[in-house]
Amino acid sequence: MSDVVERTLTALPSLLSSDPSPGRPSSTSKLGTLIRGITELTSKHDEEKLIQRELVSIKEQVSSPNTTMRQMKELMVRAVYCEMLGYEASFSYIHAIKLAQQGTALDKRVGYLAVSLFLNESHELLLLLVNTVLKDLQSTNLIEVCMALTVVGQVFPKDMIPAILPMVEEKLNHPKEIIRRKAVLALYKFYLIAPNQVQHIHSKFRKALCDKDPGVMSASLHIYLEMVTEKPESYKDLVVSFVTILKQVVGGKLPIDFNYHSVPAPWLQIQLLRILSLLGKNDRSTSEMMYEVLDESLRRAEMNHNITYAILFECVKTIYTIHPKAELLEKAAKCIGNFVLSPKINLKYLGLKALTYVVQQDANLALQHQMTIIECLDHADLIIKRETLELLFRITNGQNVKVIVEKLLEFLRHSKDDYVTIDLGGKVTELAEKYAPDNSWFIRTMNTVFLLVGDQMQPDIPNSFLRLLSEGFESAEEDQQLRLLAVDSYVSLLQEQPARLPQRFLQVISWVLGEYSSVKEGLEPATVLRLLAPLLDLRHCSSETKSWVLAAMTKLSAGPACLSVAQELAERHGGSLDTTLRQRLHELQHLASDGELLRRVLPCSDGLEPLEVDSTLSFLDGFVSEALAAGAAPYKPPHQRQEELAQEKALSVEPYGLSLPLSLSSSSIAGRLSPTVLSMSSGLSGNSTELSPKGGSALRLEGVTRVWGKEGYLAKAALKPEEAAKTEVPCPLSVLQEGGSAPRTPVVSLPAPAPGPSLQAEREKQQLASCLFMGLGSQGAAGPCLMGKAEPTRHGFRKKVKGQGSSSGARGPSGDSASSSPSPLSAQSAMDNLLCSSPLDSGSTPSPADSAPSPADSAPSPADSATSPADPAPHLPHDLPANNRPCDAQEDLTEDTDTSETVVEGNSVAVVDPYDPEPLCLSPHLPEELCGLPRSEIRPLCRDASLVLSACCVRTDHSSLLVVFVSNASDSAARRFALQMTSGDLEVSRVRGGPEEEEEHVEGHSVAVYQYSLVPTRPSVHMELAGRASYQRPDGEPQSTPFSYGLSLPDFIRPLSVSTEEYGRLWLASSNDIKQNLALLSQEPDPLRATLHRLRDRLQLNVVDIIASEGIVACQLLQGPPCLMHCRLNAGCLAVWLRSSLPELPDCLLYHCQRALAQH
Amino acid sequence: MVRYFKKIMHFLLLFSRQGRLRLQKWFTPTPEREKKKIIRDMTAMVLARKPKTCNFLHWMDLKVVYKRYASLFFCLAIDDQENELLALEILHRYVELLDKYFGNVCELDIIFNFEKAYFILDEFLIGGEVQETSKQTVARCIEASDMLQEVKHTHTLAHMLIL
Repeated sequence: MSDVVERTLTALPSLLSSDPSPGRPSSTSKLGTLIRGITELTSKHDEEKLIQRELVSIKEQVSSPNTTMRQMKELMVRAVYCEMLGYEASFSYIHAIKLAQQGTALDKRVGYLAVSLFLNESHELLLLLVNTVLKDLQSTNLIEVCMALTVVGQVFPKDMIPAILPMVEEKLNHPKEIIRRKAVLALYKFYLIAPNQVQHIHSKFRKALCDKDPGVMSASLHIYLEMVTEKPESYKDLVVSFVTILKQVVGGKLPIDFNYHSVPAPWLQIQLLRILSLLGKNDRSTSEMMYEVLDESLRRAEMNHNITYAILFECVKTIYTIHPKAELLEKAAKCIGNFVLSPKINLKYLGLKALTYVVQQDANLALQHQMTIIECLDHADLIIKRETLELLFRITNGQNVKVIVEKLLEFLRHSKDDYVTIDLGGKVTELAEKYAPDNSWFIRTMNTVFLLVGDQMQPDIPNSFLRLLSEGFESAEEDQQLRLLAVDSYVSLLQEQPARLPQRFLQVISWVLGEYSSVKEGLEPATVLRLLAPLLDLRHCSSETKSWVLAAMTKLSAGPACLSVAQELAERHGGSLDTTLRQRLHELQHLASDGELLRRVLPCSDGLEPLEVDSTLSFLDGFVSEALAAGAAPYKPPHQRQEELAQEKALSVEPYGLSLPLSLSSSSIAGRLSPTVLSMSSGLSGNSTELSPKGGSALRLEGVTRVWGKEGYLAKAALKPEEAAKTEVPCPLSVLQEGGSAPRTPVVSLPAPAPGPSLQAEREKQQLASCLFMGLGSQGAAGPCLMGKAEPTRHGFRKKVKGQGSSSGARGPSGDSASSSPSPLSAQSAMDNLLCSSPLDSGSTPSPADSAPSPADSAPSPADSATSPADPAPHLPHDLPANNRPCDAQEDLTEDTDTSETVVEGNSVAVVDPYDPEPLCLSPHLPEELCGLPRSEIRPLCRDASLVLSACCVRTDHSSLLVVFVSNASDSAARRFALQMTSGDLEVSRVRGGPEEEEEHVEGHSVAVYQYSLVPTRPSVHMELAGRASYQRPDGEPQSTPFSYGLSLPDFIRPLSVSTEEYGRLWLASSNDIKQNLALLSQEPDPLRATLHRLRDRLQLNVVDIIASEGIVACQLLQGPPCLMHCRLNAGCLAVWLRSSLPELPDCLLYHCQRALAQH
Repeated sequence: MVRYFKKIMHFLLLFSRQGRLRLQKWFTPTPEREKKKIIRDMTAMVLARKPKTCNFLHWMDLKVVYKRYASLFFCLAIDDQENELLALEILHRYVELLDKYFGNVCELDIIFNFEKAYFILDEFLIGGEVQETSKQTVARCIEASDMLQEVKHTHTLAHMLIL
């Protein structure tokens, strides 16, 4: 082996000096010399010296005036190479820009490339590129235009988008498709970094979608995917088009050029499938439109190639995301089976991933594959193992939690990756809090987590743990038991080996002992003090932890025994350099000696009364005014200071000497410049009581939402409708099960167990399986319980689902021996053809099982056969999805199938909305007192055989009311009618119409009216209200229909009348601000006034004052804080500056302002 | 309005069996220090993989899909929610494109003509999304731009090619 290497090495120089193969670009250039030079070196140090020399020479040449552009190009390539090796060549950045600017087309290309590799979006030198891009966009040379668009699609300064936007837009109509495609992608980029800037060109995106070139069309799908993700309800009208395109693609109607390994346009297919899944989610009628094409996709993707599996995977995901259809689900489940059982490891991985995705809806699928899952759990490849754990995490319930948590902890013990450790630690905590079977298990598990994850732990884990202990849950007795167990275990931990405990754990221990050691009878405070005291001596103990320890000791320090401990400590640590520590020690000593004082300072109270915190720091007002009187400068919040600073040294970035359309250059200058500082603000004295913006300061307890309540986690309520919807999903398997009546026990089926020793192993696996999959598939019925103590109703520990990966500070392993040692090129391997797959390549190892039909197909597993008879067409409830789409008619796309190259063509056809409301004469039913008030149109919510629900939103001065009309068109009464509504963004309460508990009847041929008051809990652009109407049909059968109603922010905005002076005060008191330029109604005689009045009329804003070219506007969120807007005419647009004490409010309001000004 | 920055791809690295970087493309803005760390981590992790393991890795909250072609490792980081198999095919398509351009591409071609490899990449992927999947179109684009070199005075031939 070694002599082979040696021979290769000796052969290398000669190999490199000659051309690698005739006809290829030569390597005898200077770059070639450099590369060869590096390969010949043996030490990192030599390499560094060589590169530094090289960089010096490059630097010399680039700054020489005699260097031609052609030489410059060569130099740039070398600079890029040096940067790739990790050596900085920042001196060359400016020359790269120069090359892009001045070179011929070919040099330019290298210049642009170097720019895109050197600089990132926020680099300030990029501003210098804007002019070049503008020039090239106007070039008559198509290649230059292409290059400019390519660089724009990669790096472009956000603030300069307005400067080139019109020109890029123009390119959408270019005759060459490559230009159109690149323009679409550039716009996609803009959409990502500055969505507000491209809002006005949405209609052009539609045109791109209908482009006759499939490349342009598929480029536009990137934008659509993004927009649909954000707001699916606005694009429902495009479903038909997307389905048609997909049908054509799947049917092979695209030019053969787009095929990839004879699969038609796989990237396009996958993009479409993703869009469809977003559109069909929770929407039955839309989903129905796509069933056929999904079926077709599943059927067509049968070739044994990675790319078809990729499509299948996406198909399966879509099928499980949209409104379910039994037949498709069955096929998708089979497909997942093929993945999971595949001998190819990549497919197995994807199968696990798919299972994880679908298992919440169909837990039985995990049951079917339990043996495979168990095998994967012991897989040699850690990646597979980890994915399996992810799956187990999703199927955890009250019955299998012990086994699954044990598996997770086992992985955690061996994990070396910090990120994984933190992630899994969070997951175990979540499961423990949610499903803990008993208190002692909970404490034990949490102890393990604290020990294993250590100090990298997400900080909310110890916080919520302590909160759980202190607030408790259901019964006081249980709470006490939990605390007692915690105290017990911590005392013994401290007795053993306190030195190896992580800081966070020590803090938790200290706090718990400080609060609850009294729970344990016979445990003297002095004993606890003596246990805690050694912690102060630990060298790795941070001063934060010491504070925790001392705080705990202070709480306990009553009695003479404690006093002696305190004095001992004071002697030992009295000389510490840490002032906090000394201060605390002093306090401890003092309080220990004075029992009376201790009781006053730290009263023992059982109840947790929230502390009153004056977050405005108003007690400092006197101090502030004194300071001001003494001549101190008034306080300015940081953003204001920055503002002024920026204004002082603002550069003019306007391009000159260009034949630009006038309107564009003006908008480019305006950019995001600020309006001038308010004239009145300078007249006021500074206000130091302002809250820090979005501060996470520990003192702010006031407006913090309560997450935990008596019933556990409060946000849970908001999740309910979704859960309800999920459980309603008709799934063939669960139907079968209910029919079968017997509670389904996890059946383990093995194809003919092998005799002998392996039998034992198999049995163990079976046992594990029955533990792991316990409780799956028999949600309602109490299954057999391994732990003996099944408590399906127990929901003691509830916990929100944590955003995974939110933690920071995780580090990956950093072994770098391989990368740092420079080793010469291995000539043999370097000459290998890349496309000849090496035998090491696991993905393409031919395996005999590949060609054979996968086992799931041929050998019917018991689980499989169980599914097959399960199709007695599950009875679907008569629910009609809510449809209150935006009323503005949007152009519809029609298909065009007769030409093969045209995929879709944009003929706008007025299409009758299938859910167009019948002429409703409901307005007379509106309660009298609401008649004159402004309200939205009455829109239908949902309907079924007998009832039609409609609703409108009425705005009164102090509230927003949702008025629901229930009209019963049938002859019989709907009995026990009830409406339930929930929303994540709104607080909904019934206003009138009888006491809430009582069930009501809606008589035949009558209309009942319900009123609900709506209060936004937090502002957002659109708010969704989900509800359910339930009643009993005359035959006694209960009926239930879901609906949803969309509201937008203006429904909750009220004008705020304030004087100009009050406005000034409010302005200073609000901290969250945002600035933007808005379009001006410039055709009006007085544009500023007209624009502000338009805003007033559309959005209920109060125009406080208009002085010359400035205007101030105020409004208020219903039962919420005010939002202020300062407007100024600036170069043909309206520079607005919004402020509010609520961070989200200005952003949302701005969106609606833009909308209001865009509509005519 | 919460806007999350979704990108299909985060970065693409090509490195040799010895852990030598041959090509790097960052689709999301990344500070220099982090780039160095990522490169170090990636080479270490990928090179340490044993045969017969899957072609995917976790790195922080990203998925890394890698594949070895002869002496070069191609390594692409994607979003956790993305389709790993598709990412593998993206790598494969890139190799095919390189192969078409260089004709029987090998590591040396990429070492000595890395700027060409970048040009090809820029026609295939842009800003972390697939731009063009047709092999012919990409090839035509690159040829048209290369043509400028030979026929300097007239762009007409290039124009015809770009079509």
